Amino acid sequence: MTQGRLVMAAGLGSGLGALLRYGLAVLPWGSAFPWATLLANGLGALVMGLIATLARVPGRWRLSPMAQHFWLAGVCGGFTTFSLFSLEVVELWQGGATGLAASYLGGSVALWLVGAWVGILLGERLKARWRLPRG
Amino acid sequence: MGAGPSLLLVVLGGVLGGMGRVWLGQWVGRHAPSEFPWGTLVVNLLGALALGGIAAQGSAGGALWLLLAVGLLGSFTTVSSFAYQTLTLLRGPRPGLGWLNLVMTLALGLAALMLGHALGVGLLAPGAA
Repeated sequence: MTQGRLVMAAGLGSGLGALLRYGLAVLPWGSAFPWATLLANGLGALVMGLIATLARVPGRWRLSPMAQHFWLAGVCGGFTTFSLFSLEVVELWQGGATGLAASYLGGSVALWLVGAWVGILLGERLKARWRLPRG
Repeated sequence: MGAGPSLLLVVLGGVLGGMGRVWLGQWVGRHAPSEFPWGTLVVNLLGALALGGIAAQGSAGGALWLLLAVGLLGSFTTVSSFAYQTLTLLRGPRPGLGWLNLVMTLALGLAALMLGHALGVGLLAPGAA
């Protein structure tokens, strides 16, 4: 039962995440390069790293399991996408834009990892500040 | 199709895809408890395989595409958890597991998408068994 409610919370968050991702995708990018997915995945990785790190602060800014499922597995999980990313790589490749496909692949992976890292570092910095006694 | 119905299809698919991802991820976690993120890997490979099959039907932009590709499979697969889990492994005591996760996800994910596409094309071909 509780497990079911957590899955529901993640589902609702994912619906919101997918909606935001679609909103980015329909912006007039004026380019065949998949900027929207690149941005969504990089931003989603950063926010995931930030919230996941903050959610572990003992005593402060604690996120309930429901809220964690909604924001992390939900909004961040639904906002980012691996399947559409893979399709875009293969379509660029098969369309003859081999260099673009390789840049998109490599640039994406770098941005995902750097994004998560920056999110984690930001979270750790905020945590350290919160632990200081308030003067 | 108007903007309203398009958004509804994406949200509906997104809700179902997200629920499927979390449910399957928990199921894999229960049956293969490990520090390696098998759940995320399985979800991403399955999603890429299915999207390849759907892309072979070639109806990008239609209602079914918005529901199944942009919404359901877009949300079923995930990069945020993958990035966080990979980075956690890379910064941990066994960074090799992080590199393994990275290489397996990318290589098998692209292979799964192309396999799905080939299967989808095969099913459409006249005279296919």
